[in-house]
Amino acid sequence: MPQMNMVQAINDALRLEMRRNDKVVILGEDVGKVGGVFRVTAGLYDEFGEDRVIDTPLSEGGIIGAAIGMALYGLVPIPEIQFADFIFPAYDQIVSELAKFRYRSGGEYVSKLVIRTPMGGGIRGGHYHSQSPESQFIHVAGLKVVCPTNPYDAKGLLLASIRDPDPVLFFEPKRIYRAAKGEVPEGDYTVPLSQASVVRPGKHLTVISWGAMIYEALDAANQAAAKGIEAEVIDLRTLWPIDIDTIVESVKKTGRVVVVHEAPKSCGLGGEIIAMINEKCFTHLEAPPVRVTGFDTPFPYTLELEYLPLAHRILPAIVETAAY
Amino acid sequence: MSNSVLLGIGETKTMSATPTTTSHAAAESGARKGEPPQVSFDVFRVLRDDGTLDPATDPKLADEHVVDLYRSMVRTRVIDERLVVLQRQGRIGFHIGSLGEEATIIGSAAAARPQDWIFPCYREFGALLLRGMPLQRYVDNMFGNANDPVRGRQMPDHYTGRQYKFGSVSSPIGTQITQAVGFAWAAKMKKDDLATLTYFGEGATSSNEFHCGMNFAAVFKAPTIFLCRNNGWAISVPASKQSASDTFAEKAIAYGMRGVRCDGNDLFAVYATVRDAIARAAAGEGPTLVELLTYRLSGHSTSDDPKAYRKEQEVEGWKLKDPVVRMRAYLQKKGLWSEQKQAQVEEETDAALKACVKAAEETPAPSLESMFDDVFAEMPWHLREQRDELLKGPRAKGHH
Ligand SMILES: Cc1ncc(C[n+]2csc(CCOP(=O)(O)OP(=O)(O)O)c2C)c(N)n1
Repeated sequence: MPQMNMVQAINDALRLEMRRNDKVVILGEDVGKVGGVFRVTAGLYDEFGEDRVIDTPLSEGGIIGAAIGMALYGLVPIPEIQFADFIFPAYDQIVSELAKFRYRSGGEYVSKLVIRTPMGGGIRGGHYHSQSPESQFIHVAGLKVVCPTNPYDAKGLLLASIRDPDPVLFFEPKRIYRAAKGEVPEGDYTVPLSQASVVRPGKHLTVISWGAMIYEALDAANQAAAKGIEAEVIDLRTLWPIDIDTIVESVKKTGRVVVVHEAPKSCGLGGEIIAMINEKCFTHLEAPPVRVTGFDTPFPYTLELEYLPLAHRILPAIVETAAY
Repeated sequence: MSNSVLLGIGETKTMSATPTTTSHAAAESGARKGEPPQVSFDVFRVLRDDGTLDPATDPKLADEHVVDLYRSMVRTRVIDERLVVLQRQGRIGFHIGSLGEEATIIGSAAAARPQDWIFPCYREFGALLLRGMPLQRYVDNMFGNANDPVRGRQMPDHYTGRQYKFGSVSSPIGTQITQAVGFAWAAKMKKDDLATLTYFGEGATSSNEFHCGMNFAAVFKAPTIFLCRNNGWAISVPASKQSASDTFAEKAIAYGMRGVRCDGNDLFAVYATVRDAIARAAAGEGPTLVELLTYRLSGHSTSDDPKAYRKEQEVEGWKLKDPVVRMRAYLQKKGLWSEQKQAQVEEETDAALKACVKAAEETPAPSLESMFDDVFAEMPWHLREQRDELLKGPRAKGHH
């Protein structure tokens, strides 16, 4: 099996689906000739031409609005938003239109897009090249939200997202675009949506995370193991609709929970996960669930490694929760 | 957009901008608003190819002033070049500069009156320094240290300079445009004599904010000068793919606004055009869209390699129209400049920059607690809690 990084695996999935289905088109800023600012669409313009890999004018509202129209016509657009931080000029189209088409037309119209966009910090990007806005989309009924953490999942989840009947926001953690490497099967396969993955089994405590922080959670879990604490680490993979069964099953076993995410703490997905745990398995809890997250400030530049919930902040949370 | 328009700033092109009188709406608007907006697609030039000024358009600046502005252009260029080196050495994280666009920035900022405000994009550090921001503060911003006016919160080149009547840079494209309009409009309501200058690239003319800003400014006759630096490229997207109109200036027509084109590599032309636009705005004639024809000689930023999408030949062609080279030729011809003076400005700038870099590198990172300041005017309980948690917790490894 070939070794790939995240960028190559996503590129492989796009190429595969574009060969398989001539309705698939890519559109966005700099996605064509130059292959995207992170080179995720590299080579696709040469293979599929400028009608299917389209450099658009600089307008996210234009990109998403037009993609919705293309989808209504029957194409399968995969728009790219250059950075998740720049998705907001398209927020109206996503929230008011994309998310509600099926519902508001009584199922008559469906606008099926996969919006790919790099998210997250750790690349010295300051406020506007670092944010993790997932909960701002999860809170809108009608959008699926996916976030892979390794090349295998990235390819399989992207293919599943493209073939899923609903609109999907596909957040790519850019901090690990090139750092996360692994074997990726050639050819077609999917990783089903809404199935979390237990990336480290353990019995004392459950750590739930996604995106680039999964590696920090694993690092902290490995350090905790040296202290005799076996943490189970769950990679959500699909953030919405969430795989509640895997979470509840784990919490019933461990009784202790730490949720880790880069996005600011308040109103983040972590809070929702803990509320669900309270609703579904409160009586199994042996310690108050804990969040280790970004702070409720804009994403900083110089102090970004202090802002991020890296292993050095996760480990004490694990140790304290295990000892509670 | 034809290549000749994009590449040949010498090329002039005229179109009638008078609204067709057969159109009911146009006729009505003509009657209601008086004169039709004046839109010209001739490329306004002053500095001719032979290094002399066109007497018909010469803004008649004092020699000393011109020399000063040229010095600013050279300083801007030297700083740009050195910052790229610092980025390559890993000493700063990023730089986005104005190589090749110095005349658009220095010429326009110099034409602004002291009371006029600047709402920048991200390539206008030259304007900020011209307005009096100490070089040290700019360099501190490049390092994101404790003395950085934005307190290390934003990427390099995201500066702020209220004291210099200069806005706060943010990354999202176009957002400054509507804000500049609102600011100018408010001043007009208060009968204050000021205009706003807002900078953006031609890519930004595709953004929502450009269209909203143009419309509001024209409807409310806000004294805003829209400075579109048409540098040929929005990262890898050429101007020809950004818009189907022949020029960016003509976008003014639809909004009922004045639009003009100007050789952006000609400091005199930029100065005269912007000075005239400000005078009109101050006289209550409303906003102007100025398309400044220039070229981004460098990559989009230090993160970009332009070889992946544009031909060296195109770049070489534009190097012949380098605004710094053209100015220098003019000054030398007039006996106002010499090799020696050139070497002196370059050396002075280099030395000043080196000293600033040294000081910036010796300045500590912003304090941990400063991360929680300025989110709100007063820190609410939850941020106090988070701050205290950070302070008593373990430190991250490997930086600041
Ligand atoms: C809303 C938004 N979308 C995308 C980006 C990423 N981006 C940064 S600069 C740029 C190109 C800008 O081109 P232009 O407006 O022509 O200005 P120039 O950089 O050429 O001066 C893009 C796409 C952004 N900063 N903001």
